[in-house]
Amino acid sequence: MKRSAGSILEFKVFNMDGFLEQLLVGVSTGGVYAIMALALVMIYSATHHINFAQGEMAMFSTFIAWQLIQFGIPYWFAFVLTIAISFVISCVIEVAVIRPLTHRPVLSVVVVFIGLLVIFNSLAGLLFGYTIKEFPSPFSNLEWLSISLLTPHQLGALLVTFALVVLLFLFFRFTTLGLTLRAAAQNPRSAELAGIDSGRMLLVGWGLAGAIGAIAGMMVAPVVFLDPNMMSGILLYAFAGALIGGIDNPVGAVAGGFIVGVMENLLGTYVVGTELKLTVALVIIVGVLIFKPEGLWGRRIVARV
Amino acid sequence: MRQALTFVSLNHESTPRHGKTRTHLSRARTALFAGGFIAAAALAFLLSGYQLFQATMIIAYGVALLGLNILTGYNGQISLGHGAFFALGSYLTAVLMTSFGVPFWAAVVASGAASMAVGYAFGIPAVRLEGLYLALATFALGVAVPQLLKAHFLEQWTGGVQGISLDKPEAPFGLPLSPDQWLYLCALIAAVFLFWTAINLLQGEPGRIMRAIRDHEIAAQAMGVNTSHYKALTFSVSAGYTGIGGGISALAVQFVAPDSFTMFLSISLLVGIVIGGIGTVWGAFFGAVFILFVPALAESVSKAAPWAVYGGVLIIFMFLMPSGVVGLLRRVLHWRN
Repeated sequence: MKRSAGSILEFKVFNMDGFLEQLLVGVSTGGVYAIMALALVMIYSATHHINFAQGEMAMFSTFIAWQLIQFGIPYWFAFVLTIAISFVISCVIEVAVIRPLTHRPVLSVVVVFIGLLVIFNSLAGLLFGYTIKEFPSPFSNLEWLSISLLTPHQLGALLVTFALVVLLFLFFRFTTLGLTLRAAAQNPRSAELAGIDSGRMLLVGWGLAGAIGAIAGMMVAPVVFLDPNMMSGILLYAFAGALIGGIDNPVGAVAGGFIVGVMENLLGTYVVGTELKLTVALVIIVGVLIFKPEGLWGRRIVARV
Repeated sequence: MRQALTFVSLNHESTPRHGKTRTHLSRARTALFAGGFIAAAALAFLLSGYQLFQATMIIAYGVALLGLNILTGYNGQISLGHGAFFALGSYLTAVLMTSFGVPFWAAVVASGAASMAVGYAFGIPAVRLEGLYLALATFALGVAVPQLLKAHFLEQWTGGVQGISLDKPEAPFGLPLSPDQWLYLCALIAAVFLFWTAINLLQGEPGRIMRAIRDHEIAAQAMGVNTSHYKALTFSVSAGYTGIGGGISALAVQFVAPDSFTMFLSISLLVGIVIGGIGTVWGAFFGAVFILFVPALAESVSKAAPWAVYGGVLIIFMFLMPSGVVGLLRRVLHWRN
């Protein structure tokens, strides 16, 4: 009904409030993409690998949170516990599966990531079942959070996103661990000469990525409902967001996540309908990358010959 | 330029130094191939029903994987969306046969040619993208194609979500062959031709140029290679092979539908070339066997979580043979010498 461009009907349907609402909904889903994009950047900047299993790991973390809540643990306690568990799981994967492959060809590592992806997907189905589950939102009963255009959860998720970005910024800027992490990611060899154990930093980077992914999962689950395939589309949008913003730039990746979220939502509502929105969003992203291959805020890679 | 290019890619392909060894080797190889071909053709009369179908599917996947390996293994361009070309080949074959009454062989050839054209058109902008960016662009292609196949404006040919059923070709001239045997033999002959062409292509100058681009694009450029032209051409050849593989599989399955060509197919193809051996011709065969049989095997190991088993097998393979089955075989042969 909103699809045919230029019809008289469309002018009636299009109103500023509706547009603003779609824009804000886009910003709120974009927040989740931004968090996932951050998780991807966390691992990419240290190892130059895209963790294709990141989304499934986040989904698995969300299932852990769901299970904890089912046990009767209060939401915020379960939230923190899940983040801690995800941190540990992620570290274990780094040590057990990824570290032994350090000097292997890139594509072998890609296949291992695909292996992890299907393992987590299958295990989640086996342990928790394939039925779609409702996931509670901690913000749903906070009426004061609701402004006219967004539900309390959408606003709450947005606040969590901003809080996370600010926290990470402060962490990387002002703490010793954050600085050493950045040093190890930027130049492992020099960092080691300065006494930094870059292997351990890699471990922490993976752990952080797992923890950040868990937050994204718990924020998106109340919206899309929880099932083993919950994150596959989200990971793709996050990947696109990270690339469009600049994969080596956390701030760019966050901005990219928001851009993709808004674009996806507006395209789906006003231009092509929900069925083709993924395709169209991807085509536009690829189009941007063709003209700006390093992303909007990425560093141009200069190779020495 | 040729010598310089050989020099660039010396690390990867050992060039025989003595002419004598070379002819000796190639004679042994020809005998091996001829023997292999006769054995494979004999399978048409030894296998029956479902097994013959599986053998045809191995050929279909093998040709498709060879196409992807030409692109990814020999030219260094990663594709997460080759399922799109497989789908294109399948659908074109089905549509040409059912809506236009084209004979099956011509339909497969036309599908290959059309896939080449589409591959070239996609390759032109894609040459600007590298590594992850190309992965994303091809991923977009892989996502877009199944959605397009469902689209309304194509429904009169594609049959929308329902897909298309087609008939297996009958053997001509009253040959005493069942349709299954006829299709298998035709596919086998096509595969022999395609593998032979690929080997010649990859061992000749085009192959050297492809590898030079993969190993050091700037150096290849400095040596006078028109890299974007060659990258687009490689994309085109690769898409053509994968399209023909898709066409053969459509004939074997006798049915095409959008849901057979999800992202999972594209990812399986990538898994197939890595398991078989990146940058090897015969890896395509082992990869095809892997992607056809391992999911079913995993299901027989654990009905509850077959994909966990599959993922575990993938990881174990990468730990044991990071350069694929062919890489392992080469290492074993080398070690014995």
